[in-house]
Amino acid sequence: MTPLVSDAPIVSIADLTVSYVGADRPAIDGLDLEIAAGEYVGIIGLNGAGKTTLGLCLNGVVPHAIPADVTGKLLVAGIDPRTRRVQDTARTVGVVFDNPEYQLSQLTVVEEVAFGLENLGVDPAEMPARIAEALALVGLEDVEERSPLSLSGGQQQRLALASVLVMRPTVLFLDEPTAYLDPVGKADMLAIADRLHGEDGMTVIVADHEVEALAEIADRIVVLDAGRVVMDGPPAQVLARVEELAKRELRVPQVTQFAHALRPDAQDLPVTVEGALAWLGAG
Amino acid sequence: MTANAPALAMADVRYIYPSPGGGVVALDGVTIEIPPGQTLAVAGQNGSGKTTFGKLVNGLLHPASGSVSVHGQDTTARRVQDLARHVGYVFQNPNHQLFARSVREELAFGPRNLGIAEAEIDRRIGEVAEAFGLTGQLGDHPYHLGFPIRKLVSIASVVTMRPSIMVLDEPTTGQDHRTSDAIVRVIQELRDSGVTVVCISHDMDLVVAVADRVVVLQAGRVVADGTPRVVLADQATMSTTRLRPPQVTRLSLALPGGADRPAALTVDELLRDVRSAGLARVEGLP
Repeated sequence: MTPLVSDAPIVSIADLTVSYVGADRPAIDGLDLEIAAGEYVGIIGLNGAGKTTLGLCLNGVVPHAIPADVTGKLLVAGIDPRTRRVQDTARTVGVVFDNPEYQLSQLTVVEEVAFGLENLGVDPAEMPARIAEALALVGLEDVEERSPLSLSGGQQQRLALASVLVMRPTVLFLDEPTAYLDPVGKADMLAIADRLHGEDGMTVIVADHEVEALAEIADRIVVLDAGRVVMDGPPAQVLARVEELAKRELRVPQVTQFAHALRPDAQDLPVTVEGALAWLGAG
Repeated sequence: MTANAPALAMADVRYIYPSPGGGVVALDGVTIEIPPGQTLAVAGQNGSGKTTFGKLVNGLLHPASGSVSVHGQDTTARRVQDLARHVGYVFQNPNHQLFARSVREELAFGPRNLGIAEAEIDRRIGEVAEAFGLTGQLGDHPYHLGFPIRKLVSIASVVTMRPSIMVLDEPTTGQDHRTSDAIVRVIQELRDSGVTVVCISHDMDLVVAVADRVVVLQAGRVVADGTPRVVLADQATMSTTRLRPPQVTRLSLALPGGADRPAALTVDELLRDVRSAGLARVEGLP
């Protein structure tokens, strides 16, 4: 798939530091990160590395709804989310968290998706078409009148995604989108994100522990540790630094561990099964 | 307790959740025997019956037909509290399980309910806290701990009851590599100390690391039952149940001759296979 990457950064962050009230150390501590429009970025790091806080800064929930001291440069599509209302930033950045239960509040699936649009003040005549479009994107068009709580975990997560997509954001941030899903739910979520990126050129940022899935789909892997970026590059380059990642208690794909053990001095290590077959000359 | 009985047995178990449309069949004729000390992984998609399986084991649910027995005794004949002496259950979400004001109280709650003497409870707390690396957190409020530590506390609070059978529902869900590794070590220690473990999970790396045996459920029926090496290499079953074997197993099967030798489940096993004469020629390895 050809990444639809342009030169202009859609996310531009420099020396960002975020300290929650009463916390003994900053959640984000001097973070630098530029993301070009149309990139698919995978973020890995231990729990507590700052992944969720980064998402909350991008959509403005930090510091608007969750108080924190936020310093440094933070621009999304050229605008600082700190300077405008959260509902206005929602047109630019959509964030979906790991547990959809925290995000769902309405009586029916349609109302859930409409909720965000109503907050945006979208023309009611335009709403049905946009809601139908968002539900179709995630494959939930058949459950419009159901209660969100009657849906399966995978459907709930896709509904949380539809509620964000209906605002037509240019940046989608998925925070451990597959953590509570079964393998089918995981595959569905990642396939939708892949389609939004490939067909619509959406900028997609996925924070997840499933490094093998990220290695297959992301253009770029960013490693966060203690609130800052410690590695950044194409999956094959970043994940080849097996020992450095192991020191940070992060794992690399199994085929990368395998190839590294076979040829410890090799720089070009495979990160997927297909890559490993080619690397071994058996593909 | 009946001597020589399986730790757990299900005979033609059906379970149906009541629903306006006439009921949803969650388990549909499951028969299985688990000998004492075995670590069994139960895999399958959500809705396949995995969690129902676990809840039948600890007596939270009783079968619509068929029977479930623990150490040879039918679960319908026993109260959940009595079963709790034998069967410990760790919920997927630690927030659904933790309620005490300190980690120490959390670990003491179960054994105290079983009427264990305070001196013995203190001894167990010390032992379990050390094994789980929680000694420094005993005075902390569980909700002031991070999610990974809360998960370990929720497992530790069941271990202090010293159940002979432990059921863990998706223990590694949402955990990073560091915590998943810690949970694997905890399950391995339980297994080494003779506890019968039922691990409900679709985390195939966890299954490989801990399980003696894997049962795959689909639509309430057992569709595969065997060692991880046999079940995870069964591409037809993996494909119809949409489970994904570990990356290294997929590579092992895709290599020339992969279908004709036992599949590798770990990186070390694949290294051994590839370095053996049969595969070295494939890619001219050192």
